Parts: sequence; structure tokens; C-alpha cells
Amino acid sequence: MSTTPEDSRGIGTDEWVAQHGERAQRGTGLYARIGEAWMGLPSLVRWGIPLLLVVLVPFAGSNDYILRIGINLGLFLLLALGLNLVVGYSGLLDLGFIAFYGFGAYAYAALASEQFGLHLPSLLAIVIVVVTTAAFGFTLGLPSRRLTGDYLAIATLFFGQMFVVLMVSSDAVQFPWMDEPMDLTGGANGISNVDQLSVLGFTFDSNLSYYLLLIVLVVLATVATKRIHFSRHGLAWRSLGEDSLAAQHMTIPTVRLKLLAFTLGAGIAGLAGAIFASVQQGVYPSTFELPLLITIYAAIILGGLGSIPGVLLGAAIMTILPELLRFPEYSNWLFLVVLILGTIMYLKSWKLVPAVFAGMIAIGFIANVIFLAIGVPYLTTAEWAKGPLAPVLGSWIFMPEERVLIGNIAFVALVVAVAWMSLLTRRTTIILLPFVLWLAIFTWEVRLMLEPSITRQLLVGALLVVLMATRPQGIFGKPRVEVL
Amino acid sequence: MTERTPLLELRDVNTYYGQIHILQGVNLRVFEGEFVALLGGNACGKSTTLKTAVGLVTPKSGSVLIDGVEVTKEKPGERIRRGIAVVPENRRLFGPMTVMENLQIGAYTRSHVPKEDYDYVFDLFPKVAERRNQLAGTLSGGEQQMVAVARALMSKPKLLLMDEPSMGLSPLLVEQSFELIDDLHRQGVSMLVVEQNANMALSVADRGYVLQTGRVVLEGPAADLAQDAELRKAYLGR
Ligand SMILES: Nc1ncnc2c1ncn2[C@@H]1O[C@H](COP(=O)(O)OP(=O)(O)OP(=O)(O)O)[C@@H](O)[C@H]1O
Ligand SMILES: [Mg+2]
Repeated sequence: MSTTPEDSRGIGTDEWVAQHGERAQRGTGLYARIGEAWMGLPSLVRWGIPLLLVVLVPFAGSNDYILRIGINLGLFLLLALGLNLVVGYSGLLDLGFIAFYGFGAYAYAALASEQFGLHLPSLLAIVIVVVTTAAFGFTLGLPSRRLTGDYLAIATLFFGQMFVVLMVSSDAVQFPWMDEPMDLTGGANGISNVDQLSVLGFTFDSNLSYYLLLIVLVVLATVATKRIHFSRHGLAWRSLGEDSLAAQHMTIPTVRLKLLAFTLGAGIAGLAGAIFASVQQGVYPSTFELPLLITIYAAIILGGLGSIPGVLLGAAIMTILPELLRFPEYSNWLFLVVLILGTIMYLKSWKLVPAVFAGMIAIGFIANVIFLAIGVPYLTTAEWAKGPLAPVLGSWIFMPEERVLIGNIAFVALVVAVAWMSLLTRRTTIILLPFVLWLAIFTWEVRLMLEPSITRQLLVGALLVVLMATRPQGIFGKPRVEVL
Repeated sequence: MTERTPLLELRDVNTYYGQIHILQGVNLRVFEGEFVALLGGNACGKSTTLKTAVGLVTPKSGSVLIDGVEVTKEKPGERIRRGIAVVPENRRLFGPMTVMENLQIGAYTRSHVPKEDYDYVFDLFPKVAERRNQLAGTLSGGEQQMVAVARALMSKPKLLLMDEPSMGLSPLLVEQSFELIDDLHRQGVSMLVVEQNANMALSVADRGYVLQTGRVVLEGPAADLAQDAELRKAYLGR
């Protein structure tokens, strides 16, 4: 015991307890060490490296497809940063957020297209759009004075859905003072031929120009939120999301801050919407439906609510991952890499790794022998295996002719096996692991590769589940601690 | 007692939760420099009295005055800005934020906080200083209590309202925390402390009130209350 009798009276003076904080922060292992080295860099470098990479993308000989993904990512980042103010900081579960994005897009389209014959200068149109969307956000925020949690979620979800319905159905609105019904929104077809942005004589007419514009906007929004984060008011904001009653005790104007969050968040979404409308040169109601809302929530939760780098990374993952999985040759690689890395991380022991993978390979060949012995009809390697991994996988995986049927059986078996494995001891799990790994790759090649679009969603979903199960607080989020 | 204006006064307050009549004509005063203990059994309305004082519930009739100013219609923030600070029941720290951030929020009323003010609470609570970068939610109960008091002090209050500061503390720590509260009182902070531990509270307080089902049934100098036979029987357990 190194504690003196005198101070052992107090709390936390025990050596071990006293060092708890440091220990918790220090962490061990490779990740912790990489993380520490990274955090040790000056923040200008930490933020500068990713920014430099992003700016250089178009100059590294890229094509329009990649720029389009970049533009989507930029819009998505803006939305995520805006939503983070509302959900991450103020703790308001706003499920109507996408309506602000849609409102901004439609408002810009109305002000800058043939729909009403208006072609306002871009800057003026954008200012009007941002201000009206912010005002709309303020209005939708009003119920948040009384409603919180689930109730606010239901109310805002209703508004969000109503927005889409209104946009679809407002193509023949009969005003009492008009003879003919008026087309406000173009109905299900939306509004097309929206003007491109044109600021100070420069017209944004290429993907590259929008890409660079969005980089600037995202950087500005990030810097602004980062400044808010550590300011007195940012602190107040975050405390409000944490415990609004305690925040009131600290004289924090909770109502005003909630409304401010709604207003600012909506303003940012409105800006993103306006840019979206001009990038696409059109707006369509289906863009603003539930899937987008779910994806954006997934992004900010995945990254860690309330954390700025987390929000950025989460948004990047949710935009880029589905694109990568669009191509079978990438998704094949990605699947195998994730599977192997996941296994290594689970085993946490270099000795077991070769044994498990050797077992997996052996089981593959044994399965081939069994399938052949039973006489299952099969396809030759040349008939199915494509891409760089073909020579390897082609000779190892048995490809039955009945891909759908056998694949389905394998898929069900895999799901059952994985679900049950969580009940077993580590020892039994490791013994079964080679079989399950082979089954996973078999299912992937035989069945899932047949339908890349479904597989894509399955894989993204599975990845989210795994991530959230291992890190419930998100990648950069702080673990939730209950104050008792 | 001379006719000074009390820092805090409840005048004939009747508070309801829905149909339930909780505080039934409560009168209570805390003068500058005083240490007042508010005692009573479970569910007699002690916390409700504090909530009425701060404005988290509005009384149906009666009034609340701070420094002689009628504040019954004011919101909690406005009242607290008049120089009150609260250590709420169960402490209610901001768990995922660091201790330092909790202190900064405590000082929210003030746009500029000189470094000396942090040094002042760090001097009072060396443990808090040690843990300033730890997440408040990961502190032990006793440490959390210190941070809750430190956070309340950051607004430089004239009057500190505390709801059961000894809750969940070991007997040794209860004693320590009361010594600390007593120190603060000597440094000029007036106190209204709700407490289950009547012995301990009366040993450091100037005056006390005893609540029973929403009514003040006893009040007087702490020393007298400590001797009061009836109270001893009912609350002190001997
Ligand atoms: N929000 C509420 N709604 C309805 N009833 C309430 C509410 N808050 C408190 N009460 C009731 O009011 C009564 C007094 O509660 P209060 O919290 O003031 O008790 P207390 O004296 O602080 O008790 P304890 O010492 O156990 O904390 C209790 O019967 C309680 O159930
Ligand atoms: Mg109580």
C-alpha cells in the first residue's frame, strides 16, 4: 500500500483508483497506440490530411462518376452536420429533418426555373431559400418546447411524411381567385430544368465546380460547428441534450436553444437542398422519402452522436460503402477483407489465426469431395468465377448448378449458425469458426453474388449491426454513462 | 431576529401535483448568512419545497420572494440568476461531459469566468481538480457529490439550495461533506439544506424547519430542535 493513512480517509486516493482516469485514457494494443499517435499530431495536420486528400481527388485523374459520389457525399455531410446540431447536441429526435432538405430544394427550384417563370440570381435565391427554410424549421421546432423524446419523434415524422405527400399532390391546386387549378410542384414528376448556380459571373456547370463548392461549404460548416462545440453556448447546447432539467438549474435558456437548433439545422438543410436542386437541375419528391432519413440517421449514429469527426466519418461510410458494393469485383474483395480482419480481431491471438484459416481451407476441400461424392451437378470454374480472385476461389468453392436453392439453404444455415454462436463459449466458437467462415464465403459466392443489389443492402445492414454491437456509442462517440 | 429582508421567502405556499395537495401553507425564510436545515420524513414535501422555490413547479397560491422581490411568476433561469444555485436531488451531473465542462456549465450565468474562480473550487475540492478531465458519469458517488457542489458554486451564489447532499455517502463521507458545507457557510454562502440525516444537519445549521405531510410542524434554532423531545422521537430515532 502506497497510500498514507491520512489520505486514505478520502475517496479515490487508493493508487489504483486514482490512476483510473489515465488508465482508461491510455488504452493498450495496436489501435490505441495508432489512435494516440494520431491524436498527438497538431489538429491542423489531423484535419488537413483528410482535406488535402479530398481536394486532390479530382486532380488524380478521376472521372465524373467519382465526382458525383463526392458531390453526394458533400451534400450528405452538410445534412449530417445540420442534423447533429438538433439530435447530437440538443437531443431532439427530429424525424422530419429531410423535409427541410426537400423544402430547400423545392424552394430553389421554384425561384430558379420555368415553373413560375422566375429566374432569380442564384445568390438572392439561396438567401431566400435558407431564410425561409430556417423559418420553417423554427415553426416545426415550436412543439419541441413541450414535446420531447418519442412524442417529438412522432410529431416530426408526421410532418416529414406530409411534406412528400404535399409535394406529390400539389400539381393542381385550385385557388379561389383563379379560374384554372395551378401546378405548384410538378406533382410526381417534380420540377425539371432548374437553373444552375451562377455567382458573380461564374456559372457552376460542371461536376468539378460543384465538388469544389461543396468542399468549401463543408469546411465552413465544420469549422463553425467545431467553434460552437467548445464555446460557452455549445456547452450549454450539449448539456441541454443531456439533461434538460439540470440544464435549467444552470439557468440555461433551454427553449431558446432548442428553437435555435431547429432553425440552424433547417437552414443548413435548406442550403444543401438548394445546391442539390441545382446540381441535379431538377427536384423529384421521391428523393425526400424515408430511406434518406434512415441513411442520414444511420450516419450520425454510426459515427457517434455529437462528435464532429464521427459525423463526418459516418456520413462518408454511408455514402461511399454502398457505391463500393455496387461492383461485384470490389464487393468481393471488401467482403473477404472484412471477414478476415473481423476474424483476426475476434481471435486476438496470432497463434490461432493460421489454424483457423487452415481449417477453413480444409473444410472447403472436404466439402468439394462430399458434394462430388453425392453427385451434385456443378458449374466449372470458367463458367462462373470472374475477377482477380477467380483462380483462387474457382478451385476452392464448389459451385452447384442449383445456385438459388443450395444458396438459400446455406444462407439460412449461416444465419442460424451465427445466431447460435453467440450462446457458445469462446472455445466452442473457435472450434466451429472454420466451418462458419467457409459457410459464409460459400453463401456469398453461390447466392449473394447472384443479386448484388440486395447483397449490397444486406452487407451494409450487417456491417451496421456489427459496428453498433461492438461500439454502441458510435465510432467516435463517448460511451453513455448513466449518472446515478 | 431583526426585520431584514430574507434572501429567500416562501409565503403561505400551496403546491399541487395535479389534484394532490402537497405543500399546504408552507412559510419559510432564509436570511443572509444563515444555514437553514429542512427536515422531515420521506415524501413530506422537502424536495417539492425546493422545487417551488426555484420555480420548477408553480404554487397554486402563495408567493415566493428572492431578496424581497416577488418571483412567483418567473422562470427557474430568471430566479437562479438572482443569486441562487442548486445542488439537485441525485446530483444530475452531465455524465458524458468532463468534470471541467460541468464546471463551465455551472458558470453559464457569467459570460467571463476568471481562472481564480476555478482555482477557488479546486482548492475546496482537490479531488475535483485531480479529475477535471474525467467524464463526470464515471466518478464515484462521493466524487459526483463534490462536483455537484463545485458546479453550483461556479455561479458565485449568495444562497445555495442543496437536496440531500449526504445521499449515498458513507458515514465518514457524510461527516466530511458536512464539514465542507459548514466551511462554505462560514465563508459567507447562505444555505438551505434538505436532509434526512437530522442529527448531522442540526449540528451545523443555525435554524431548522420540520415538515410533515406538507406542513411546517416545527421551526426554530437548530440547537433547540436537536433537544426537542417530540422531534427526537419522530425523526432522530432516539
Ligand atoms: N411530479 C410529481 N407528480 C406527482 N406527484 C409527485 C411529483 N413529485 C412528487 N410527488 C409526490 O409529492 C410528495 C412529496 O414529494 P417530495 O419529492 O417533495 O418528497 P420529499 O420530502 O423530498 O421526500 P424524500 O425525502 O423521500 O426525497 C410525494 O408523495 C411524491 O410522490
Ligand atoms: Mg426529496
